[in-house]
Amino acid sequence: MNGTGNIVALKPFPDAARLELDDAQLRANLRRATHTIRDKRLRVVGEVDDWEALRRAGAAIKDDVLARLPELLEQFEASVTRAGAVVHWARDADEACEIVTRLVQETAAREVVKVKSMATQEIGLNEALEAVGIEATETDLAELIVQLADDTPSHILVPAIHYNRSQIRDIFRSRMPGAAADLTDDPPALAEAARKHLRAKFLSATVGVSGANFAIADTGTLVVVESEGNGRMCLTLPQTLISVVGIEKILPTFAELEVFLQLLPRSSTGERMNPYTSMWTGVTPGDGPQATHVVLIDNGRTATLGDEVGRQALRCIRCSACLNVCPVYERVGGHAYGSVYPGPIGAILSPQMTGEGANKTLPYASSLCGACFDACPVRIDIPQVLVHLRQKGPKPPAERAAFRSLAWIMRDRRRYAAALRAARRGSAPLRGFGRLRRLPWPASAWTDSRDVPLPPKQTFREWWAKR
Amino acid sequence: MRIALFITCVNDLMYPDTGRAVVSILERLGHTVDFPEAQTCCGQMHANSGYRAEAMPMVRGFVGTFRRYDAVVAPSGSCVAMVRDSYPRLALGDPDLERGVAEVAPRTYELAELLVDVLGVTDLGAVFPHTVTYHPTCHGLRMLRLGDKPLALLRAVRGLQLRELAGAAECCGFGGTFAVKNAGVSAAMLADKCGAVDDTGAEYVVAADNSCLTHIGGGLSRRATSTARPIHYAEILASTGSAS
Repeated sequence: MNGTGNIVALKPFPDAARLELDDAQLRANLRRATHTIRDKRLRVVGEVDDWEALRRAGAAIKDDVLARLPELLEQFEASVTRAGAVVHWARDADEACEIVTRLVQETAAREVVKVKSMATQEIGLNEALEAVGIEATETDLAELIVQLADDTPSHILVPAIHYNRSQIRDIFRSRMPGAAADLTDDPPALAEAARKHLRAKFLSATVGVSGANFAIADTGTLVVVESEGNGRMCLTLPQTLISVVGIEKILPTFAELEVFLQLLPRSSTGERMNPYTSMWTGVTPGDGPQATHVVLIDNGRTATLGDEVGRQALRCIRCSACLNVCPVYERVGGHAYGSVYPGPIGAILSPQMTGEGANKTLPYASSLCGACFDACPVRIDIPQVLVHLRQKGPKPPAERAAFRSLAWIMRDRRRYAAALRAARRGSAPLRGFGRLRRLPWPASAWTDSRDVPLPPKQTFREWWAKR
Repeated sequence: MRIALFITCVNDLMYPDTGRAVVSILERLGHTVDFPEAQTCCGQMHANSGYRAEAMPMVRGFVGTFRRYDAVVAPSGSCVAMVRDSYPRLALGDPDLERGVAEVAPRTYELAELLVDVLGVTDLGAVFPHTVTYHPTCHGLRMLRLGDKPLALLRAVRGLQLRELAGAAECCGFGGTFAVKNAGVSAAMLADKCGAVDDTGAEYVVAADNSCLTHIGGGLSRRATSTARPIHYAEILASTGSAS
C-alpha cells in the first residue's frame, strides 16, 4: 500500500528547485547553517575511535530489525499494552490522522502541545486537527518559527534553517501573540520570547502529541531525543499522551540504544550527547500522563521493505547528516523536494513510500557525489539506491530512445569507432571557434551556463592505429 | 606485467592527449602498454541514468576485453569506480559474468593507483613550471578512496606550484546527466567551484577526470574573470619541459 500525506511532491524537482535557486538570501542562510553543523559533526565524529565500527553496528541492528519486523512489532505491541498504553495501527496518513483526531476529541480538549516529530509532519496531523477546530502548538523552537510563519519545515533537524535571525525576529513580532514590539534579533532574546509564549501552552494543555526516535520491543519503551527540553514538558505535564511512531523505529532490546545514542547526536547536531533523552513505558500511576496511546504507522514503509536494494532507506534515524553535506540540498533547501523528508535521504525515501508514480524526479536530484553515504551513521548507500530507483522508474520516451541508440553503438567496437570518427569529422568545420557557446535543445541545458569544447583532429584510437 | 589501457569514451573523442600522456608515462617507466581495440565504453552513463539493461552489453564487453590482463589502467576515477564498485552488483545473477568481474575489477586501476600502489613510483621526473590547483573528483575521492595519491605525484613534479583549493572535496556539479536534468542546480554548484578556482589564482585546474574538467573548464571559459585552464594530471606527469 502506498504512503500518503506530506511526502508527495506536487512539482517536479527541477521546477521546484528553479524557484529556490533564485533566492540568494535562502542560499546564503543554508550555506552558513549547513557548513556550521557539518564542521561540528566532523569534529565530534573524529573524536570517536571506533566510529566506523559503530556505523556498522547501527546498520546491522537496523537490518536485523527490518528482517524480522512483524515479529518485533507484535512483541512491542504486547509489551507496551502490558505497560498500560493503547496501541493503534494506521495503514496510511489519513488513517493515522483519523485515529489521533478521534483520540483528542474523546478527551474534549481544544488544544494539544506537540513534541517535534517527523511522523506527525509526515501525516499532516496539524492540518487535520485544525480542520476539526483543535489547535496544535509546536513547542520545538524551530518548528514554532515555521508554524508561526505559516510555512513548512525545510530540514529534518532544523526546520527553520532557511531563515536567519532577523527574519525570525520579524516573524515573532508580527505573528507571536504578546511578542514585544522592540524585540531584537539577539538569540537569547528570541529564545526568551518563545519560552514565555510556550509556558502558557504547557500549563494549559491536557493532551501532548509526540513521535519517537526509538521503540523498544521487549519493554514497550518509547524514546525521544531532543535538545531544548520542550519535549520533556509535553511528555510529562499533559494527562493524555499520543505518540505517532513509524513501524521501522523498533529496536529489539534496551541494549541496542547504546549504539544509537552515540550515533544520533553526533551525526545530527554535532554534539557528543543531546541534552534531553526522555523514555517512558506505558503508564506510571500517579506520575506523568495517565492515558498513553501509540499509533504505529505504515504509510508506505511495508512497500519500501519489499524492495531488496531500497529497503536500507528504512535504517534512517532522521539525523539529517546527509542533508548537511549534500551540495544539492545546500543550493535549493528542503522545500524543493516537496516532502517532509528532503535532501538525499528524502530523494530515496519519499519515492519509495509513495510508489513509483509520484516523486519520479527525486531520484535524479543528485550528482551521485557520495558525500551522503560517507556521512550516514547507519551506512545507507544512498547513491546506490538512487541509481536503483532510476533503473526501476519510468523514463521519458525520447530519452529512452536516445540512450538505446547510443547503447547500440557503444556495444560494438566497429560501430563505436565509426561513431567517434563521425563525431570528430562532423565537428571539424566548427573547430575554428575552439569552444561552442550555444547548442540547440536539449543540449542547450548544458550551454546555458557552460561552454562545450570541440573534439581535436584525431581520436585516441586513430592516433594509436598510426603510431 | 601486461598493462592494458582503457581509454574512456570521453577521452577517446575529446581528450586523446590524456591517453597519449598515460602511454608515454608508462613507456618511460619501461612498461609495454596494450590498447585492446575491442574496447568501447564502461557503461556508466547508461547504468547511472537508469538504463541498466542497455548498459549490460558494455559491462560484458569490458570484462571480455580486459579479463586476460594483469592490470588495466584508465585515466578516469569515475570509470574505474564504475568497474570496481558497480560491476560486481550489476553482474549478480550471472555466474560467468560474476567470475569475470571478480577477475578484472580488482585489477582495474586509476592511473595514480597503478603508479603509486602497484608500480611504487611517485617521482616520474616530470617538469611543469606552473601554478596549479587540484580538484579531487567525487568518485576518485569517495568511491576509490584515492586520497593524496594524485597529489603525491603532483608534488614530485619539478617547478610545479600547488595552490590549495577551498572546498576542494565538494562536487563540481557535473554528475553525468545531472548537469542537464537539473541544469540550474548544477550551474549553481559549478559557479561556487569556479569561484574557488579563481580565488587560487592558479594557471591550471587539475583533476583525475576529464568529464569533471569539461564541466569546470566550460564554466571557467564562460566567466570574464577566469583565467585558469583545465588539464588532466596525466598530461602534467607526462610533461618534461616547459610546454603547456
